Amino acid sequence: MDQLFDFELTAELLDFPFVRTALIAAAILGLVAGVLGPLIVSRNMAFAVHGTSELSFTGGAAALLLGVNVGHGALAGAVVAALVLGLLSRRSSEHDSVIGAILAFGLGVGVLLLWFYPGRASNKFGLLVGQIVSVDFASLALLGGCAVAVLAVLLFIYRPLLFASVDPDVARARGVPTGALSLVFAVLVGIATALGVQTVGALLVLALMITPAAAACRVTANPLKATVLAVVFAEFAAVGGIVLSLAPGAPVSAFVTAISFFIYLVCWIISLTRGRARRGVASATTAVPATPR
Amino acid sequence: MTVERDAAPGRSEHTRPESSVVSLRDATLGYGRRVLWSGLNLDVAPGEFVAVLGPNGSGKTSLLRVLLGLQPVTSGSVRVVGESPGRGNRRIGYVPQQRAMEESLVMRGRDLVGLGLDGHRWGIGLLGMRARRERVDAALDAVDAHGFADAPVGRLSGGEQQRLRVAQALVSDPEVLLCDEPLLSLDLANQQVVSSLIDRRRRTANTAVLFVTHEINPVLPLVDRVLYLVDGRFRIGTPDEVMTARTLSELYRAKIDVVRVRGQIHVVGAQAGLCEQDHHEDRN
Repeated sequence: MDQLFDFELTAELLDFPFVRTALIAAAILGLVAGVLGPLIVSRNMAFAVHGTSELSFTGGAAALLLGVNVGHGALAGAVVAALVLGLLSRRSSEHDSVIGAILAFGLGVGVLLLWFYPGRASNKFGLLVGQIVSVDFASLALLGGCAVAVLAVLLFIYRPLLFASVDPDVARARGVPTGALSLVFAVLVGIATALGVQTVGALLVLALMITPAAAACRVTANPLKATVLAVVFAEFAAVGGIVLSLAPGAPVSAFVTAISFFIYLVCWIISLTRGRARRGVASATTAVPATPR
Repeated sequence: MTVERDAAPGRSEHTRPESSVVSLRDATLGYGRRVLWSGLNLDVAPGEFVAVLGPNGSGKTSLLRVLLGLQPVTSGSVRVVGESPGRGNRRIGYVPQQRAMEESLVMRGRDLVGLGLDGHRWGIGLLGMRARRERVDAALDAVDAHGFADAPVGRLSGGEQQRLRVAQALVSDPEVLLCDEPLLSLDLANQQVVSSLIDRRRRTANTAVLFVTHEINPVLPLVDRVLYLVDGRFRIGTPDEVMTARTLSELYRAKIDVVRVRGQIHVVGAQAGLCEQDHHEDRN
């Protein structure tokens, strides 16, 4: 257990180029996940992100079998999944069941595709839990390019998207194209998810996309502050998780999820204590205000 | 409280249709074979307060959707602030029904109002942040909402949320205010607060108000004219003209009595719950 925190070994390992590449990849991912996260939480899309990430695994598996770049396959799978989920479930009441149905089928297809693949088992496993230390320069370039594209589009649609996410009825009345925006956002989330799948794996992408944002949303109601906090939390989890995993040589995902969950727990406790204090204040001052003249 | 009224400020010289901010000519709205209303002619003058009444499904909310440009009329013509209704006309303000907002919603009252100002614009709006802040502050002041503008909206009471809704609708300085049951589920005191905020706006800025409601009494002192919709039929006139046993009996094609008690109007005999609704308890 004492080898869990071997600082000398950690420092030594940080000099390796592949570790540096992994850290850069994690930092990019943390930024994208942190920026998208609060909007995902506001739109109740956590399960959709989970579904998209699993389906990017299907895309990755298909790419593995076809002999093309697994990253591209995962990206294609996630975008297709995001579009299908966005188009099929316009009504929120059936949103979850549509995701559930497609998710199960997609995973089944992915398992079948992996079974067809004659290669080594570790490749298969890597798709599920992530292999950030295997990120090479080409995939780093893809990651960076995708991140820039996602952030640029998001910057452009941010205000109407926020409006449509937190106040859809009035947004529609004010002429915001809410349907088109949710499709575009679904694609952005799909791309970011596919990037996440390659670093922390399909099963653990929620740890970066959802948990930091959910934690941030617990401690502030200011959308801008929530975004900044979510980015900080996600960076901390992604980069910190890799650094901590170096010395023991343990799976990155275990550390990333542990850190983000710990942050969530702390924020949850903060919101609990604050909520109690606020309720106390509120009950003392709920008198109806005087009629303004 | 009196039901007698004199004309709204400036109304007499604004009855010419050219000056009306909302104008429907022979307008018909239907879904498939079902006609919600037809042959509707309505002109709303600046500063006029028009209450839109009628049972559920009579097309009150659909009228607002038409004016917002979310739904085309089947036939006839519609003009709003001199234009045909298009999505997102900035000169139209909209106050929706009070609906409980999720407690975990990541939004403060200030953000809700700000989105009413520029939420439809592309980009993130880093330019003009100061001017934006000033306008939002002014709108918050106008509804006396500074005390809770920085709290999460989901934790506010229904009355506080609805005051923010009014600020959100007014921050863009609209010429027409469309209100869809804005008093629903508010208690009496808050109904009064919210309706007097709307009234003050139309008096100071001459904003026309179309006010969809089940219940005329909370706004009766403010109403210039009533548009009463029942089953595709309608009547337009002052409350004294429309809210009579004879007119409503014709509209409903049933025996309706109208009782006036202490300045309030009570409609008796229309199908239960269609015309009148009990005051709801405020959500807390």
